[in-house]
Amino acid sequence: MTTPHDVLFRTLADPTRRALFERLCREGEQTVGALTARAGVSQPAVSKHLAVLKQAGLVLDRPEGRQTHYSAQLDALAPLIDWTRQMAGFWENRFDQLEDLLRRMDQ
Amino acid sequence: MSTTAAETLSVIVEREVGFPPEKVWRALTQPHLIAEWLMKNDFQPVVGHSFSLSAEWGAVDCRVETVEANRALSYTWEGLGLESVVTWTLTPTSTGTRLRMEQVGFRLDQQMAYRGATAGWPRFFDNLEQVLARAD
Repeated sequence: MTTPHDVLFRTLADPTRRALFERLCREGEQTVGALTARAGVSQPAVSKHLAVLKQAGLVLDRPEGRQTHYSAQLDALAPLIDWTRQMAGFWENRFDQLEDLLRRMDQ
Repeated sequence: MSTTAAETLSVIVEREVGFPPEKVWRALTQPHLIAEWLMKNDFQPVVGHSFSLSAEWGAVDCRVETVEANRALSYTWEGLGLESVVTWTLTPTSTGTRLRMEQVGFRLDQQMAYRGATAGWPRFFDNLEQVLARAD
């Protein structure tokens, strides 16, 4: 079963793709050319990564003349941030069980 | 989002319990007691001891890092791509113990496949949360 989490994780697991996404988060909207200049990979490779990011809803493209500008869609990350809350939830739950055990232990 | 700042994230759970540190310490360090609240295990309170925690959903590999009887305990926590250290701190209070658990250092290993990525992702979350906060 593929969940929205799976798509986001798969999309961002690739370090080059993640770096592109981080740059868009940090620096705002940019063209493919500007991204390529500092990506360390070819322009077709950058375009391909951007297409995958777009598919996952993580970036939005805005054509302007012959250029396409890309921007990060931060709302798409909400499910990931929820996941860390789940981790905290795991430990809260264990604390409950630990307290329950302490009540049952001798002394 | 600098690379350095992206490397760690911590999950902290802290709670006051109405039992003395010595008793809490037993629950944290005796295998049959650990099994009751956390997972099945072959824990030993010895620095450098490797052990595993197991449940139906999988296993976590651990190694004891710190043992300070009745005060502090830490062990590495690695499994399903998650690389972290869990540190327990016990502080005596007038009514019992303040128990704090901090899990730090989720790291995404680039060689790992999807499953690893899912578990390693949180290292990036704190930065993302900062970005999201600024975006409001």
